[in-house]
Amino acid sequence: MNTQPATGATTTRPVNAASKPFGLRSYLVCLKGILVREGLRFLNQRERFISSLVRPLLWLFIFAAGFRQVLGVSIIPPYKTYVLYEVYISPGLCGMILLFSGMQSSLSMVYDREMGNMRTLLVSPFPRWYLLVSKLLAGVTVSIAQVYVFLAVAWFWGVKAPPIGYVFVLPALFLSGLMLCGLGMFLSSMIKQLENFSGVMNFVIFPMYFASPALYPLWRIQESSPLLYQICLANPFTYAVELIRFAFYGQVDWISLVVVAACTAVFLAGAIIAYDPSRGLMNRKQDTGGNA
Amino acid sequence: MTGKGRFLAAGVMAASMAGLLPMPAFAYKVYVSNEKDNTVSVVDSTTMEVVNTIQVGQRPRGITISHDGKFIYLCASDDDTIEIIDTATDQIVGSLPSGPDPELFVLSPDGKRLYVANEDDNLVTVIDLETKKVIAEVPVGVEPEGMGVSPDGSVMVNTSETTNMAHFIDTETHEISDNVLVDSRPRFAEFTPDGSQVWVSAEIGGTVSVIDNASREVIHKITFEIPGLRSESIQPVGVRITADGTKAYVALGPANRVAVVDTKTYEVLKYILVGQRVWQLAFTPDQKTVISTNGVSNDITFIDVATDEPVQSVTVGALPWGVVVSPN
Repeated sequence: MNTQPATGATTTRPVNAASKPFGLRSYLVCLKGILVREGLRFLNQRERFISSLVRPLLWLFIFAAGFRQVLGVSIIPPYKTYVLYEVYISPGLCGMILLFSGMQSSLSMVYDREMGNMRTLLVSPFPRWYLLVSKLLAGVTVSIAQVYVFLAVAWFWGVKAPPIGYVFVLPALFLSGLMLCGLGMFLSSMIKQLENFSGVMNFVIFPMYFASPALYPLWRIQESSPLLYQICLANPFTYAVELIRFAFYGQVDWISLVVVAACTAVFLAGAIIAYDPSRGLMNRKQDTGGNA
Repeated sequence: MTGKGRFLAAGVMAASMAGLLPMPAFAYKVYVSNEKDNTVSVVDSTTMEVVNTIQVGQRPRGITISHDGKFIYLCASDDDTIEIIDTATDQIVGSLPSGPDPELFVLSPDGKRLYVANEDDNLVTVIDLETKKVIAEVPVGVEPEGMGVSPDGSVMVNTSETTNMAHFIDTETHEISDNVLVDSRPRFAEFTPDGSQVWVSAEIGGTVSVIDNASREVIHKITFEIPGLRSESIQPVGVRITADGTKAYVALGPANRVAVVDTKTYEVLKYILVGQRVWQLAFTPDQKTVISTNGVSNDITFIDVATDEPVQSVTVGALPWGVVVSPN
């Protein structure tokens, strides 16, 4: 954000009737700044890059190999024939990357707030919602890059989707990534300190991941527990995984698309409201901010 | 690259990727014998849907088609007969005397004779299709099953499940000329298109023996290994070799896989996941698709020959056993 002079630094609402409105170019420069920063941060943190890749690959190489026989095979849409368990869980692992990465990107918001970097961002003369959306887009871009690296490794491991599926899956990944990053951002607005975030990770990431069709088809969950099945149906991550799964085979799962789009809108609106200084959520945190 | 150029490149890439998707082929009728519910399912190869179900005799197993595609011949094992189905009407129009418990058979290259393995009677029965009469019975080993005939029609091969042998029978004299010992429970015999080799699958032995037709000796044994599967569950049954003689497809029974084997190096190129207990295979006449019958999961799987990828599985009757594709 150093590309913008801090002309509006003294106010939290810099864009007003008196100042000259920014052109599209200025907005793009701002977006680029945030994107580049997020990208650099990701690339510079090699451990983060490796761990984000190793996590789904562990599931693919070890977990899937172990459970291949246990979970058996079945034909459910969008599959037209029998698939290996590795193939089944791949869309779920893409979702897992988006989930972890989205949360991690939001974690960085908490970090930024604690370290003071966020102030640099927030004193930018652009509207708050725009900054948040830019931050979100940056997070999603990094997530999608990770997904494609994972898919490339999976391809060499013999886990393949139809070639055209790798193109179709991009919008599904984007929308799902937006939803999960939005959720993470909304949650991060309610976290007072960095240390609290690990708790949310355990209470949000893992329940969302396991109560979804990422690892097992929902009909199997329904057989063992109708209640758990209902919980899975109430989980937005369920629809993100199915949206990605169908997209790999060039199909649109309309229910998933609607649910994911609606959740994206809700989480995004929630995050924008939560980060709006006039709404009070930020003020509450500022009370404890000094103790961090 | 300009924005426009980049857009164009992306479009070209997407189009070329779209070209990799399997194209719909000419519509054939696929006939599947369902051992348990005494029916034959007729499946359209383009829509991949069951279009008809024919009630047939008890325990239908071996199934083949006349070279002109007009008649299906079907072993109704428990009725001790071979039924004839007219492919134009999908109705049973007659039967052939087969001897007791016919299981598998093969049509001679000239289309005039049917060589039938009679499982309970240790016989191979030769039927003349014009007169619909038995013209010879050849005593073979215990529990005969697999039947193959050389492309020139001079030799037929029968495998006997309990004797563990491939019997080479002269089609003129109807006498056994050679017996070749193979691995346990040989199920199927398939000649290569040039007639130089016979591939015999052994269900319990878990191997496919490649027999040289000139020397009548086993020149290679193909073994199969699938990570995560016990060797006992790999049971080769049906074998089909492409018309150009480059690839062989081997159904591996309860391994739920079809192995693709390079016929030159005898190496397994790929294991294709299909339904449960895959039994027999058949090519479409254009050789673009191979179809497997999956007995326990009650379905058949269409496999693309160019990519060796499974395309779609279609539910048919109970315990699908044999499959044949009509050229019409």
